[in-house]
Amino acid sequence: MINATLLLMILLLPLAAAVGIVITRSNPDVRERVTLIASGLIALLVMIMASRFMGGENFALNVFEPLPGIAIAFKVEALGMLFALVAGLLWVVTSIYAIGYMRGHNESNQTRFFAAFAVSISATMGIAFSANLLTLFLFYELLTLATWPLVTHAGNEDARQGGRVYLGILLGTSIGLFLLGILVTWSLTGSVDFEPGGILAGHIDPAWAGLLYALFLFGIGKAAVMPFHRWLPAAMVAPTPVSALLHAVAVVKAGVFTLLKVTMYIFGGEFILTNDVTGGLIWVAAATILIASMVAMTKDNLKARLAYSTVSQLSYIVLGTMMASKAGLIGASMHIAMHAFAKITLFFAAGAIFVATHKKLVSELDGLGRAMPVTFAAFFIGTLSIIGLPPFGGMWSKWYLGLGAVETTQLVLLAVLMISSLLNIVYLLPIPIRAFFGKPSGREHYTEIAEAPRPILLAMVITSAACIIFFFYPDPFYQLAGLAAGGN
Amino acid sequence: MGNQISLLLVVIPLIAAPIAAVLPRGRLPWLLACVVASVCAILAGVQLWNVLNEGTISYELGGWQPPWGIEYRIDALNAFVALIVAVIAAITLPYALLSAEQEIPEEKIPLFYSALLLCLTGLLGITQTGDIFNVFVFLEISSLASYALISLGKDRKAFTAAYQYLIMGTIGATFYLIGVGLIYSETGSLNMQDVANILPSVLHFRTVETGFAFIMIGIALKLALFPLHLWLPNAYTYAPSAVTVFLAATATKVAVYVMLRILFMLFPQGFAMTTPAEELFIVSGIAGIIIASVYAIYQSNIKRLLAYSSVAQVGYMVLGIGFASVAGVTASLIHLFNHALMKGALFMAIGAIIYRIGACRMEQIHGLGKAMPWTFGAIVVGGLSLIGVPGTAGFVSKWYLVSAAIEQQAWISVAVILFGSLLAVVYVGKLIEALYFKPVSDTGKAVREAPMLLLVPMYSLVFANLYFGLDTDLTVGVAQQAAAILGGIGQ
Repeated sequence: MINATLLLMILLLPLAAAVGIVITRSNPDVRERVTLIASGLIALLVMIMASRFMGGENFALNVFEPLPGIAIAFKVEALGMLFALVAGLLWVVTSIYAIGYMRGHNESNQTRFFAAFAVSISATMGIAFSANLLTLFLFYELLTLATWPLVTHAGNEDARQGGRVYLGILLGTSIGLFLLGILVTWSLTGSVDFEPGGILAGHIDPAWAGLLYALFLFGIGKAAVMPFHRWLPAAMVAPTPVSALLHAVAVVKAGVFTLLKVTMYIFGGEFILTNDVTGGLIWVAAATILIASMVAMTKDNLKARLAYSTVSQLSYIVLGTMMASKAGLIGASMHIAMHAFAKITLFFAAGAIFVATHKKLVSELDGLGRAMPVTFAAFFIGTLSIIGLPPFGGMWSKWYLGLGAVETTQLVLLAVLMISSLLNIVYLLPIPIRAFFGKPSGREHYTEIAEAPRPILLAMVITSAACIIFFFYPDPFYQLAGLAAGGN
Repeated sequence: MGNQISLLLVVIPLIAAPIAAVLPRGRLPWLLACVVASVCAILAGVQLWNVLNEGTISYELGGWQPPWGIEYRIDALNAFVALIVAVIAAITLPYALLSAEQEIPEEKIPLFYSALLLCLTGLLGITQTGDIFNVFVFLEISSLASYALISLGKDRKAFTAAYQYLIMGTIGATFYLIGVGLIYSETGSLNMQDVANILPSVLHFRTVETGFAFIMIGIALKLALFPLHLWLPNAYTYAPSAVTVFLAATATKVAVYVMLRILFMLFPQGFAMTTPAEELFIVSGIAGIIIASVYAIYQSNIKRLLAYSSVAQVGYMVLGIGFASVAGVTASLIHLFNHALMKGALFMAIGAIIYRIGACRMEQIHGLGKAMPWTFGAIVVGGLSLIGVPGTAGFVSKWYLVSAAIEQQAWISVAVILFGSLLAVVYVGKLIEALYFKPVSDTGKAVREAPMLLLVPMYSLVFANLYFGLDTDLTVGVAQQAAAILGGIGQ
């Protein structure tokens, strides 16, 4: 009973916060307090939930039954717990950051911004805790819709155009392919529940399983597998806190998380391995990793470069997922967490630079490091974690992904991972290096420029510290990832 | 007592119609119409309850025994459709007051409510009767009333729209009548049950096939099946707001009902399979979904945009009929109900905008979402339901429709249904973008939210869209029962 209440609270509290934010719109200080309190509570609640979950407690809840045999139902399992933990912990950090950013930048429509943000978190939690594909799909679409006003926040033609691409690709793939995959699954098995070991084995001709898997792989547009990745760079017109939490963590991770769930609990790792379901598709992910990295190198706009880096990193997770071996799945699950903390740090830094200097291009950052040491130090740490060097958390997920590649004896995949790490170095590392050691171009002497407002710095310090902490102490994520992958 | 409900459903609005016409100007005619519609809604609800619990109800008009006398025969199928019609009427009428006062000349208002009640009479009559000629009579009552209603629109083009509908509608009704005549010449009966019993023995006559073809085309005209839909966009666009709401949510739905009844109950099992009807349904359904949706995208008048979307939605329903399976018909019926909810809500919201700014062209509504947040909210929910986003009624429709198509291995239809949803994303997105993200004009800033009398009916439909997206006991349960009744279905 307590457990069900806890589950419900995590789902509903952000929604209640959204209502509170709208009600208190006339007083920004109170409004921001609502955000902070709600996000703080959520962080606390997911931690309580995680500790109870590790203690063996069960969380399950059925709400409605809109279609016979398919309920809107929630059930917490290890992978969902991991995802909820990441999103819940980072919401509070991002809230601190967002308040500093939105005020520092004098953005308009802040009430809509914070309210939509809260709804997005609720949708993310719904995805994390879904007990079946229908529930997951419901929140998946809700997340798309709730983040749309955030993408189009600026309201100018660029933002509207970005919003169109965003909505077009995400809704298009989800309705055209993902929903079709769900319906085919339903018509084959008469069930859409997530079951350990999968539900499809014995119901589908293995020859067709690859096609069905392709429906999911491309239908889950949030995983940004090429050629359906364009929405992510398009979403970068949003204010930076949105890019940071939603388009480096919540939305994109919801995509790969969904794919992981489908792989583990609909297909089943065993089924995939014995029938080689993903044999051909795995190269799509490998290609995405490499192509997106190369595109990232060509981008001078910092946020665009980070976006393509995200596309590439997401396909690490997709790759690990499709390996379907234990190490691959552990690596994929852990990368959800590790990439989240590193990438959010990078976006925080990009936003901080923008607020302090209004600079968006990588080529303008030479020498800025001396004026903004904290920002660029955080950026440096994030970069190293993304590359996967010790002593940063990113190393662990890459380690397991590499291990997975070795296990599948596909050494080409291992090579892809290695090359991509090198590419990461090429497109990310020069940024902090040029900032610290480069010379400002022209006559600019960054004497007037100081660090971004304090809430922004605080948020960056927290997440970059987390990158280091998770190297020494990856246990919570490792245990959850192991529990999730252990089902095979 | 229970049996008489079917008669009361027809007689009450029929008697009230002339009374409304002679009542003094002012709000009395409206009040009468409201009360009548609410009573009908309650009666229709009781009737459905009775049918679900006690099985088919038969009422002999004037005590004449069928097949000689007219029989009202109620099963889950028509009780369900009657409930939709009556409930929509009961929700639309409170909404009609303000928008009618604004759009219709004062001296014509009693006539307006009178015509609306006659239209209701006709539509309810079609659902109640078990006699194919009687269907024609009620079809004409509702059609004539709706021609008059459409011509009351403020724009002068309303006359041409009404005239166009009059011509097309009359052709449709005449075709239907010719078909009924041909059937009668072979069977000597007009009672549906009776005809259904006799038809198998005369099925080999060409006359019967000809009659079938006439009837199908006649009804296809009434339900605006692509490419016989040409009257609909104009009629919906230029009719007064309340009339658009009412007709969009009921008229085509009743025509779909007649089609189902004749296709699967009047004609014996598998007959439609021997004709090209099923293939034609699928082809025109598919063409309607795609072409009408594309048309909708390029409309600059919002009412016309939604009208084309209605043509597309009829395509979905007909596609379900074309599958000729229990699952397909169930999906059609579910969509029939859900579409009434979503289009009702959307047209009400557009009507509220027209009430405030007197127009509904894309460029005139820029930025109004902020001035009219509740109306905007209704458009968002209605639009999401139209797209078929999970959590809304529209999703349930799509789910059953696609399931039915997968069951038939009709992969092209599956693709078309999903592609149609994507086209809906485009036109709904266009609407929402114009309302919310385009800069507001100076006149737009002075616009206020619609009055409560418009918002409350609107939101009763908006919440229905959400409710029936989560709890489908009523819709799916009744639709499945109704589909099972149609014995003539292939499997």
